[in-house]
Amino acid sequence: MSSSAKAGAPRRRTWFTELLRRPAGVAAACWILLLLVSAIVSSFWTPLDPFDTDPYSAWKTPSLQHLFGTDGIGRDVFSYVFAATRTTVIVAILAGLLASAVGIGLSALGSLTARWIRESTAVLIDILIAFPTILIAMLLASILGGSLGVVIAAVGIGFGVNIARVSRSEIRRVSRTDYVLAARASGVGPGGVLVRHLLPNVAPTFVVQLSLAMASSILAEAGLSYLGYGASASTASWGRLLNDLQVYIAIHPGSVLWPGLAITLTVLAFNLLGDALREASDPRLRSSGPSDASAVRTSPPAATVSGELRVTDDVSTRGEPS
Amino acid sequence: MARFVLSRLVLLLLGLLVASALIFFTLRLLSGDVAQVIAGTQGTPAQIAAIRQNLGLDRPLIVQYGSWLGGIAHGDLGTSLVTGSSVTSQLTQKLTVTLPLAGLSLVIGLVLGIPLGVLSALKRRSFSGTAISVVAQAFAAVPAVWGGMILIAVFAVAIRIFPTQGYPSDGWAEPGQALKSLLLPALTIGVIEGAVILRFTRSATLGAVSEDYVRTAAAKGMTRTRAVITHGLPNVMLSVVSVLGVQLAALLVGAVLVEQLFALPGVGRMLVSDVGVRDLTKVQGELLALTGLVLVLGFLVDSIHRAVDPRLREPGE
Repeated sequence: MSSSAKAGAPRRRTWFTELLRRPAGVAAACWILLLLVSAIVSSFWTPLDPFDTDPYSAWKTPSLQHLFGTDGIGRDVFSYVFAATRTTVIVAILAGLLASAVGIGLSALGSLTARWIRESTAVLIDILIAFPTILIAMLLASILGGSLGVVIAAVGIGFGVNIARVSRSEIRRVSRTDYVLAARASGVGPGGVLVRHLLPNVAPTFVVQLSLAMASSILAEAGLSYLGYGASASTASWGRLLNDLQVYIAIHPGSVLWPGLAITLTVLAFNLLGDALREASDPRLRSSGPSDASAVRTSPPAATVSGELRVTDDVSTRGEPS
Repeated sequence: MARFVLSRLVLLLLGLLVASALIFFTLRLLSGDVAQVIAGTQGTPAQIAAIRQNLGLDRPLIVQYGSWLGGIAHGDLGTSLVTGSSVTSQLTQKLTVTLPLAGLSLVIGLVLGIPLGVLSALKRRSFSGTAISVVAQAFAAVPAVWGGMILIAVFAVAIRIFPTQGYPSDGWAEPGQALKSLLLPALTIGVIEGAVILRFTRSATLGAVSEDYVRTAAAKGMTRTRAVITHGLPNVMLSVVSVLGVQLAALLVGAVLVEQLFALPGVGRMLVSDVGVRDLTKVQGELLALTGLVLVLGFLVDSIHRAVDPRLREPGE
């Protein structure tokens, strides 16, 4: 096909330049960067004190002084939403790290060990995947009380199992390919195979999953803080603000716009970044040029014949002829 | 087929066992002393000892777990630490709200997601196809609580046809009223899940578009759209069924949040308040019921998937 004819130049592109060629990916990355900067800035400075209440300035409409208006106790909504970026970023990073650790640990245990450990880990992953993150959080919160630590632990465990499931089957798949067999036959040891062939092949899947884990951690934090089992009252959180505003929804419906929009855009950004990273990092999904529509086959069938699923991995708009 | 169902059934039972053990031991080991939790900070040592004896907490942990399991086998999940009422009876009553809510949400999600997903894949080069896909991408990112708040704002202020809070106290005695109360919450979860199902359907349909059998049918004179619908759709549906198990779990989680928002007396709302008062026996019963439900539904979905997908059959079946 034409992709092989052009193989010279396009193959050289790194995943980063590939990412920059995707508008959705760039927009998502910019939003996340903005979030990161807001998180750092808001640790030192916010336009007004986000917790400063003033009954005389309740329910102010948006103005230059209060960009997003004020809430029922006179707090400046912009400052609060701005300050809450810090909570979001901390939760996303820590939950992402924990999910990676759990995911890598379980998938290594489930693919590279003795048969019985491997198989029982696989069964354990299949069982643990049925535990929704929110329920894990409720389980922990019923004893430890609600906190951001509980949210991070729950997402880390819950999504870590997800990562393990996807990367385990990926490691298994790659370890049975001909080139790994050839490498083994030519004398490369298991460690060499892992470093040279398995990890580079699993990395794209892993990075994508990490992005989705962060999206899921933001939704979980918002949901649990809304329920009162996430951020404490002294921590600014978008979910908590939604809960505070809920009572007045029929009178001041516009007030819930800002925290909700912030959550939605951030989750959207991590989802889009995940999609863009998947396309950018996987040479098989790259179209060889904007005009070349027939170069790539679109997404593979979701369920392989062996019944293994790559669930979250397949909900995408990947490799679509442009 | 029978062999598959049997081995899947073993996995289900194993799953229920592991789930019950994880819930039970996490709660017991992390909470330290349940009796202390019940007695509160003002409990005297004598009171705590009495509670411990009363609830059988002085027995070894494994014995307590065994007796909990034994109770479950008889449909008895124990009694509430706070009110002393039977957990099973409360749970079954609350399920009459949560299950219809999840079911209605699923129907809304499938009705929106599958046709629009196929449409957006077939029309991928036109504006409408792209627009559907972009909107779905955005909807999939909406937190359920916020989506529900927008619906409440619209229906409480502008169009007052559906109740935005609460549930009839006599439940399904008046099916019309009950259904009306469930509609907005179900719409909240259904639209968000529908967006996820849409994206999955779209991706599966895009896969089908480039399949050899579609090309062959097109070469023999069928239009490409028709070829995708007659030959591709069954395959697309199989892919959708295969992710349904995971989506059902998402529906139940959505129910926990949405029940709180719409003040529906379901299992999710009960769980949220029981976690607040640390009613550990109820919490463990509710968590087991919800994860058990996810596991059982996963088993059913897998079995159906296996039964209808000829590619998964063993040779000779």
